[in-house]
Amino acid sequence: MSSPDAPTVIAPARRLTIARAIAEAIGQEMERDATVLVMGEDIAKLGGVFGTTTGLLDKFGPERVRDTPISETAFIGAATGLAAAGMRPIVELMFVDFFGVCMDAIYNLAAKQCYFSGGQVTCPMVLMTSVGGGYGDAGQHSQTLYATFGHLPGLKVVIPSNAHDAKGLMLAAIRDPNPVVFMYHKALQGMGWLGTVQRSITDVPDADYLVPLDKAKVVREGKDLTLVGLGLSVHQALDAAERLSGEGVSAEVIDLVSIAPLDRQAVRASVRKTGRLLAIDDDYLSYGVGAEILASVCEAGIALRSAPQRIAFPDIPVPFTPVMEHFVLPNADKIVAAVRHMMEPSAND
Amino acid sequence: MSDAPSNRSDRLWMYTTMVKSRYFEALIKPAYFEGKTPVFNMAKGPLPGEMHLSDGQEPCAVGVCAHLRPGDTVTATHRPHHVAIAKGVDLDAMAAEIFGKASGLSGGRGGHMHLFDARVNFACSGIIAQGLGPAVGAALASKLRGEDHVAVAFLGEGAANQGAFHEALNLASVWKVPAVFVIEDNSYGISVAKRDCTAVERNSDRAAAYAMPGHFVAGNDADTVYRIAGEAIARARRGEGPSLIEIETCRLEGHFMGDAEGYRPKGEVDRLKAADPIPAYRQRLLADGFEAGELDKAEAEARAAVDAAFAAARAAAYPQPEEAFAHVFA
Ligand SMILES: Cc1ncc(C[n+]2csc(CCOP(=O)(O)OP(=O)(O)O)c2C)c(N)n1
Ligand SMILES: [Mg+2]
Repeated sequence: MSSPDAPTVIAPARRLTIARAIAEAIGQEMERDATVLVMGEDIAKLGGVFGTTTGLLDKFGPERVRDTPISETAFIGAATGLAAAGMRPIVELMFVDFFGVCMDAIYNLAAKQCYFSGGQVTCPMVLMTSVGGGYGDAGQHSQTLYATFGHLPGLKVVIPSNAHDAKGLMLAAIRDPNPVVFMYHKALQGMGWLGTVQRSITDVPDADYLVPLDKAKVVREGKDLTLVGLGLSVHQALDAAERLSGEGVSAEVIDLVSIAPLDRQAVRASVRKTGRLLAIDDDYLSYGVGAEILASVCEAGIALRSAPQRIAFPDIPVPFTPVMEHFVLPNADKIVAAVRHMMEPSAND
Repeated sequence: MSDAPSNRSDRLWMYTTMVKSRYFEALIKPAYFEGKTPVFNMAKGPLPGEMHLSDGQEPCAVGVCAHLRPGDTVTATHRPHHVAIAKGVDLDAMAAEIFGKASGLSGGRGGHMHLFDARVNFACSGIIAQGLGPAVGAALASKLRGEDHVAVAFLGEGAANQGAFHEALNLASVWKVPAVFVIEDNSYGISVAKRDCTAVERNSDRAAAYAMPGHFVAGNDADTVYRIAGEAIARARRGEGPSLIEIETCRLEGHFMGDAEGYRPKGEVDRLKAADPIPAYRQRLLADGFEAGELDKAEAEARAAVDAAFAAARAAAYPQPEEAFAHVFA
């Protein structure tokens, strides 16, 4: 405690976007660990289409910050080789939609290197990519594909919902001995040209800190129902929870943070308390994150007060025209409507 | 001009088609920024999403497509407008698609990077080098049916480093299909210069690895493209197999609209604009005996067609939102 007359020294709050937080984490880790390097398309001179590597070329030079040709199979394959050789590569492929061309290097190579070698060879690499639509970029630039990656054994998959978590998750991801897919949502990234959910811009400590790769967070406490989200849908759930509180409904909101591993215990603990569950994500509905969340609760035999529900993107490609895209994307209105329905007495028997 | 094609009507068509394409994009520019000022937000306005303009690259499209018929297939890229217009894609439906309207080519589902016009066998895609495989397939279908249709895949010089490029060229050569691969070398893949990411100076040299002719076309000139592409396409039609052409061209605008272009050397864009291929071609046609009045009239018609397409696209209705669920399956 400082005495009343002594000036209190408060570190100036540094509010960062997710993009800045990622770039800062990578830069700090490159300073600390000489084995860390970054590569990908437009990550050096341009600093990343989504700002994740801004300033790194100037600071660390072209040996450690490498623009690549549009040769994803080769440079992601090369990352697994670098990792096996004791380096810690961070690779960016700017849109998750582009992974079709190089999936083998990811799910047959990076994800299996440790297992096939019986643990002799590890694969400490970070694969970062943007996800999400809502800005009219059509069906090859707007997917999230969370479940596609979450489904593949041997990959860790994290999705930050705010800048604080982004930095701590990136530091943890680089230090993890396994391949980590780091998915950042375009609606949260803080690039001027994409608009940004303001709540994703947070105070970010200068210091080195880790956010665990396997822990969900309760970001709002409540007692009537549990809303589970990740990335953008955390914010939609928080907006919905705020509106619902005005209607006398107390919603708890969980930010999954990671889908592989999935913190099933955190979800179960919350639903045990609230008795109702709604999972929200913007990936395709079937076989998706929501399905996994619902299964986790059902398998635990938790008594529910209404049938568990999920909101996701329907099983169609992402349409270009905004009238269609916004019609099918999840949003806070849809969450509020679903919750009202779940709270009706008839839904509760 | 020794290089000039003898076909007068093709030259007039190439000129007016370049004008049409350039004017199409001239109308896109202000429309794109509607709703995106003062704060640029890609989600806003009548043209949301990324917008890749082809200003400067028109000679590639017209010099190749002048030799094509509706039955020939063209696959294009994320930067498709000039090629689509040159291939004869329905201009009204194309404009409407870009505006996301019900009357668009795909009813608004595809947008600017996913233009499909089956009537003239045109398709494009936002994934780098994705169009090459389909072009090989279209060419094989033509061969199997005993037709003389060809397939042309357009790609950027950056795409020549993608695995699909090398696989498709090899396959086309092994199967000896009537395909032509056309690289538009505008020196950049987004911010990355060709020389910083490509092992050879000219991608046309890579044709040797797949036992097919490789041509490099310097000068960003419609007549030269016309001559070389004509040879390659005729060869394919004769059943003598695929060719690779790399055309030296330039991108007068950013990678996409809103690109700050900090990766360009100072003065580069001014230099490129001073060498704009369209006014240069007009001068050439005049020197070769075309009447200014004739060119003016053709230009005016091209512009009027674009004006009409944009007016109709803007006035057209948006689709019903529920239409999002149609056409997922046939
Ligand atoms: C498989 C894949 N990787 C990366 C991208 C991102 N991307 C879009 S355009 C582009 C550059 C393409 O350069 P080039 O082929 O030269 O075409 P240009 O843009 O110059 O017309 C990149 C890397 C993509 N769309 N698809
Ligand atoms: Mg290029």
